[in-house]
Amino acid sequence: MPNEDILKELKAIVEEVAGVDPEEVTEEKSFVDDLDVDSLSMVEIAVQAEDKFGVKIPDDQLANLKTVGDAVSYIATNK
Amino acid sequence: MSTANDVVVTGLGATTPLGGDVTTTWQALLDGRSGVGRLEADWLDRFDLPVRIAAQLAVEPTEVLARVEARRMDRCEQVAMVAARQAWADAGLAGEEPQVEPERLAVVVGTGIGGAMTMLQQDDLLETAGLRKVSPLTVPMLMPNGPAAWVGLDLGSRGGVHAPVSACASGAEALAWAWRMLRAGEVDVVVAGGAEACITALPLAGFAQARTMSTRNDEPERASRPFDAARDGFVLGEGAGLMVLERAEFARARGARVHGRLAGVGTSADAYHITGPEPEGKGAARAIAAALRTGGIDPKDVGHVNAHATSTPVGDVAEAAAIRSAVGDHPVVTAPKSALGHLLGAAGAVEAIATLLAVRDGVVPPTLNLENLDPAVRLDVVAGEARRVELTAAVNDSFGFGGHNVALAFTSA
Repeated sequence: MPNEDILKELKAIVEEVAGVDPEEVTEEKSFVDDLDVDSLSMVEIAVQAEDKFGVKIPDDQLANLKTVGDAVSYIATNK
Repeated sequence: MSTANDVVVTGLGATTPLGGDVTTTWQALLDGRSGVGRLEADWLDRFDLPVRIAAQLAVEPTEVLARVEARRMDRCEQVAMVAARQAWADAGLAGEEPQVEPERLAVVVGTGIGGAMTMLQQDDLLETAGLRKVSPLTVPMLMPNGPAAWVGLDLGSRGGVHAPVSACASGAEALAWAWRMLRAGEVDVVVAGGAEACITALPLAGFAQARTMSTRNDEPERASRPFDAARDGFVLGEGAGLMVLERAEFARARGARVHGRLAGVGTSADAYHITGPEPEGKGAARAIAAALRTGGIDPKDVGHVNAHATSTPVGDVAEAAAIRSAVGDHPVVTAPKSALGHLLGAAGAVEAIATLLAVRDGVVPPTLNLENLDPAVRLDVVAGEARRVELTAAVNDSFGFGGHNVALAFTSA
């Protein structure tokens, strides 16, 4: 799956879980600092991403996914 | 005329089986409409439940709240939020300019059961789909302080957020707690009341097994019949009611419109049985007497009692005895659960709103389905249609499993 398709799916998950406008969800944005996604919502986003992309996101990896771009690369590499 | 230390009510909010706000609910009560209807759910047959009726919300909270905030809340938290925002706006506090310091604002919202629906749904997910499907929001959605906590967050309350839990007295106990905070001068404004939403299989099964519920399934609107000789139990309802209470001095200084006064509160406990009321209503009478004493109200001036009366055979008669002994046989009595069903931890708060409005508007709503007054009641219970009556003071009763008794005394502004 190309990175732009991963980003598109991720935007939909972030909108569903945290109500963030998909326009705002761009690769350089930090989930916590820019998009106001809290730690509870990050867990939900990770579980939905695991289901959507067929990846495993262990907690120690989740902690490293600071930006939307980090998440896209992680999913692209590990799926 | 209120004095500086008085507690006044400046805002009202509710969402109930009769309407999505206070005005609609109050009008429906006055018109004698019932909020009870047939329950439709696949689990009724699956578990062969004997109860097939309930008083469900007139307006779904998800129609009012933003989608993302609603999905983070249990239904009991959603209804609290809906009612809190209405009360806040009704008090004229929702404008751009803050009128109360966050440190001088408290929230007290009680619930009887809390996020039972969340607990049951998440347990199902754990059993069927495993740990990773359990929501990280499970605990904040099921904790019984959740409704209070969400309202506190929304309004920016830093003066204290509390959640009394005393079964079906919780909502009234929250108002009593608010009154005490205001009288002690701890804060200037308190948003207080109760919230409940647990119309689902296990609570219905539990109440049914305790033989406390009406099984008049063929006539939903006639099932809740407090004080009637043919009553056979309560009807489960859902909803929320919240008030904005203020120190009179503070309300006057900001030019707030006042609905009335919460003049006095009384609480007591039966120490008798875990669910059954003390049959002579002695504990309830002590709560009523305390509310009148703290409110400086002579029992002969109490023109109206808004009864807890849930439509159970034992409870209604015990309460009637309490009213006769603490107030007398002169007050005009009504039992709003005949129309609203039993809102458990929200009941006391929603019915406190009705009590206050009765004083303000000089009218008492009818008790539905009162065809043959139980001869043991011996009170003037309004039946048929609403009754006009000039009121200076009225009392609202609330009692809960566990032997909790709360009485609230309201007077005109």
